[in-house]
Amino acid sequence: MTDIDDTHTDLYGPVTDWANDFDHAVPEYNERAHEIWAEFQATECPMARSERYSGLWAPFSHEFVHEIAYDTDHFTSQGVVVNTGRPMIEAPVGPAPPITSDPPFHNIARRLLLPPFAPKVIAEWEPEVRRLCNDLLDRMGDITDGESIVDGATQYAQSIPVNVIARMLGFPTEDEELFRGFVHDVLERINEPVEERMQFMGLLDAYLDEQITDHINNPRDDLTTYLMNVEIDGNKLSHEHVRGSIVLLLIAGIDTTWSAIGSSLWHLGTHPDDLSRLANDPEVMTFALEEFLRAYAPVTMARLVKEDHDFHGCPMKANDWVLLPFPAANRDPAQFERATEFVIDRQVNRHGAFGLGIHRCLGSNLARLELKVAIEEFVARFPSFTVDGDVTWSVGQIRGPRRLPLRVLATS
Amino acid sequence: MRVEVDTDTCQGHNRCFTIAPELFDVDDFGTAVVIGDGSVPVELEDKARLAEANCPEFAIKIIE
Ligand code: HEM
Ligand code: SF4
Repeated sequence: MTDIDDTHTDLYGPVTDWANDFDHAVPEYNERAHEIWAEFQATECPMARSERYSGLWAPFSHEFVHEIAYDTDHFTSQGVVVNTGRPMIEAPVGPAPPITSDPPFHNIARRLLLPPFAPKVIAEWEPEVRRLCNDLLDRMGDITDGESIVDGATQYAQSIPVNVIARMLGFPTEDEELFRGFVHDVLERINEPVEERMQFMGLLDAYLDEQITDHINNPRDDLTTYLMNVEIDGNKLSHEHVRGSIVLLLIAGIDTTWSAIGSSLWHLGTHPDDLSRLANDPEVMTFALEEFLRAYAPVTMARLVKEDHDFHGCPMKANDWVLLPFPAANRDPAQFERATEFVIDRQVNRHGAFGLGIHRCLGSNLARLELKVAIEEFVARFPSFTVDGDVTWSVGQIRGPRRLPLRVLATS
Repeated sequence: MRVEVDTDTCQGHNRCFTIAPELFDVDDFGTAVVIGDGSVPVELEDKARLAEANCPEFAIKIIE
């Protein structure tokens, strides 16, 4: 991330024992994630534990992830981003509905947001996304094949979802940098003391209060106005619900999609055969898209344990965190053939990149559109490129490259 | 051959609609519905099987 201050208080320090002192927020985790998951998947018990964050569990098999995602009786969504504190707004609503909501309220909050993200509504954004991608490519300036290095993360991937969601919500696109800062605070600064987290969450709320007021004064046709006017049983949503849902859309849509685009470019920049297949046979994208999502799923979610619960012999305590690493489940050999390989035209691909069960990513149609168009346009412009230089990966539950130097080898 | 969608299990991943738009549609909430009575013409049987095999929620049933 370009200009963000990364010096903050880390309460815990490095990990030496992944099975008993697990922490996904140390930089090594996302760098070595594929190895770490494979090690757990090869053992008897694919579950890590930790006293960090006042109690944390991390299952790595598809079977366990699937089971926990479906089990809303023992696990609550009240908190979905592991951090040092615990959420203060109780289920079933939670601070950012519907992602932090449990049944039965979850379905009520979710249904409000489904229509604006339905496949046919989202499909209309395609020309806009294509134009945006081409703008970003144009802005890279003069390219000399074999010499120019572009950053696939900072000059390309990171700007796409921010711009799209800002337009959907009717927020100033000039605030792009600000949004990225908010997302970074919420998702990456998770091992900081609660007081510091409260402070930056307060700034985000204040920014959104301003935007909501601006929508009251200048009504316009966008998602923010939609949320302010939509009703549940004849009642408008509370200010907190509107703001919480906007927080969710901002946070859920930005780092996630940016990471998916970045990881896919990283793959193509390190696997020239797959890149030339995609460049010469664009039809393969239908399958490649799902394989990018399977092999490089960016999103790990979390739950809190409701009450003390014995999970396959693991003594979980009330209020312990449980990670849901969908990306690890997607690479479990017990569920997928050739699980650790990237098979560009994989036909059978029941991946869970967008989650499993009732919280299935509401933005999945938009995310797929952005990922597909971003890769198509990049490859159409640069049919040959290679990763050249140091790649840095994000820390925390969303995994993707934050710096991705790509040497352009051919321009079309 | 016929296809069926279990609407309680379907979470709207829309994989079926992408793979076989001839057989599946999605409603305004993103939930899948079969087109017509769900019967599958012979030339679409492979696509129906592919859709079944890609549904993350195991919500599609094939009846032969
Ligand atoms: C490649 C990009 C993305 C990935 C991999 C992804 C992944 C996920 C996952 C795994 C969940 C499940 C959460 C859980 O089980 O607790 C989720 C939920 C959600 N996502 Fe995404 N997401 C992406 C992009 C987006 C975008 C672009 C948006 C919207 C602008 C979005 C909005 C949401 C919302 C609102 C939920 C909550 C749904 C609910 O609780 O019912 N996501 N996402
Ligand atoms: S693929 Fe499965 S979950 Fe997705 S819309 Fe079709 S039936 Fe529903």
